Amino acid sequence: MATHRLPLGSPLQLLLLAGSFALAGYAGVRLLADDWFGVALWFVGAAVVHDLVLLPLYAAADRALVRAADTAGPRAADTAGPREEAAGPRAGAAATPPPVRRARVMYVRVPAALSGLLLLVWFPLISGRVADRYASATGMSASGFLGRWLLITALLFGGSALLLVLRARRATKDRPPAVH
Amino acid sequence: MERSPTSPAFWRSPLRGPWFTSLLGVVLLAGITVLFVTGLLSYAAYNPDLSPVNDKTPDKGLLGFYLFPWPTDPPWLYRLTQGVHVTLGIALVPVLLAKLWSVVPRLFQLPPVRSVAHALERLSLLLLVGGVLFEFVTGVLNIQLDYVFPGSFYPLHFYGAWVFFAAFAVHVALRAPTAVRNLRRMRAGEEDGAPPPGPRAGGREGVAPPVSAEEPSLVSPDPAEPTVSRRGAVWLVGGGSLLLLGTTVGQNFDGPLRRTALLAPHGGAEPGSGPNGFQINKTAAARGISAAETSEEAWRLVVTGPSGTVRLSRAELAELPLHSAALPIACVEGWSTSDQWWRGVRLRDLAALVGHEPGTAPDVLVESLQRHGAFRRAALRANQVRDPRSLLALDVNGERLSPDHGYPARIIVPAAPGVLNTKWVARMTFGDL
Repeated sequence: MATHRLPLGSPLQLLLLAGSFALAGYAGVRLLADDWFGVALWFVGAAVVHDLVLLPLYAAADRALVRAADTAGPRAADTAGPREEAAGPRAGAAATPPPVRRARVMYVRVPAALSGLLLLVWFPLISGRVADRYASATGMSASGFLGRWLLITALLFGGSALLLVLRARRATKDRPPAVH
Repeated sequence: MERSPTSPAFWRSPLRGPWFTSLLGVVLLAGITVLFVTGLLSYAAYNPDLSPVNDKTPDKGLLGFYLFPWPTDPPWLYRLTQGVHVTLGIALVPVLLAKLWSVVPRLFQLPPVRSVAHALERLSLLLLVGGVLFEFVTGVLNIQLDYVFPGSFYPLHFYGAWVFFAAFAVHVALRAPTAVRNLRRMRAGEEDGAPPPGPRAGGREGVAPPVSAEEPSLVSPDPAEPTVSRRGAVWLVGGGSLLLLGTTVGQNFDGPLRRTALLAPHGGAEPGSGPNGFQINKTAAARGISAAETSEEAWRLVVTGPSGTVRLSRAELAELPLHSAALPIACVEGWSTSDQWWRGVRLRDLAALVGHEPGTAPDVLVESLQRHGAFRRAALRANQVRDPRSLLALDVNGERLSPDHGYPARIIVPAAPGVLNTKWVARMTFGDL
């Protein structure tokens, strides 16, 4: 193994990358001119925080949601149809057709993702951390952002719940419990 | 289940694969290209090569190679380019997040380095991912006035964009052909968003070869049960974009449309009512402008040119020929107002007052009463000074300017970024800069 030399790879790729690094270097020395450590920290930190903190966090939240849907047997079965009523939680979950059981995940996932996205983008305004500077600069109050975000969130979840109820009702009326 | 992220089987989402990544990649290729071009245009709009006071990145070197005198037509030009830059950037956030999610297994793939070229490409990907996040984060923070980033926004966002672009260009050169091929192949095959196929080749994902024969596939070898169709995932990403777009774009319009921008910094209700009720970038109080220094007795406009210096009170300015122009305010932060009716003295008439023949008005350096702020002094180019719609405005929408909109007098120039429309003007020096 130790005697193995690393192959060079595609010469075209090497050329393109060399050109890219040259340009990045030209801009990079200017980017780093003032506070090189702070800027490098933000530059690399942005990638690290996203890849190793933000992404694992929302992926874990999503997995927890799917797991919760999997174990929410009897209730899931109820809305799917009377067939599963007698079954225990685990058995019920296992017996409900997976697409039916898991399709419900989307009714939570979509509003949660959209609400979280708005919070992520507008966090400085929603959290009020810039409220004083904002009010002083623009002549407007920053107090409305949190309320508006909460209302949008309420609408998203409420709309999703309504849609779930309507669809479940239609499914039980129109046809025997089945995949939709 | 205790598999390490370096194992392909750790990544179980059946959504990952060439199709999803390629689709998001092509959307980002188009979107980020627009962001980059509108960003470069915004820099040109400041006329940084006209005067050091306009240039927050004076050591730009060749990165300013494309600069050109910013035109005054169409008058909504900056409103459009910068509105697109900021609004599109916000709307692309979910696409960017989804793209990064779709390729995250690559971060952990073994062997970490397959060749010298591969090692360099991975280093380049750090610039790509770090760069794109750096640009989005600094931009999103800046429009919310959250100046926590390490330094002044202008150099960080401008030089950061070039570092990112270097990595972006090579990434596109290396990957775009594959992405387009993947999409073509998928389109030629089954069109609909049926649940993804099983792990083995022969399914739709199996058709598309990875970039090089050695590159591991993004398709999970042990996919979990799908919880969403691929089409559903695309709708979720697109829905996130539409939601952000819908709650942001209104800050570029007035009245009921602005109210639809529920979370954008200059959305919602106007700050005031009446002729001066429209959006304010920086209030008089925020800039430390006191009523005492703008009073009729205290304030004098000092105009300097080849024939000497003229000092004018506001009443004397109002005696000069007054003209009207309907022009918008458009801010670098990506919000704007529709046309306001400004009334005041033409800049070229002021130039004539201090000895410049009509039609030969030169550049002008405008200084504000404000003592701090990056643009308390700003330079305008001759083409801007000569435009008949360029005014030293005294009134807006039929009423005297309010202190927050620049009383006693402010500059308004068609198509210029808001910060060059200096408020609380104290001194104007005409001459080639």
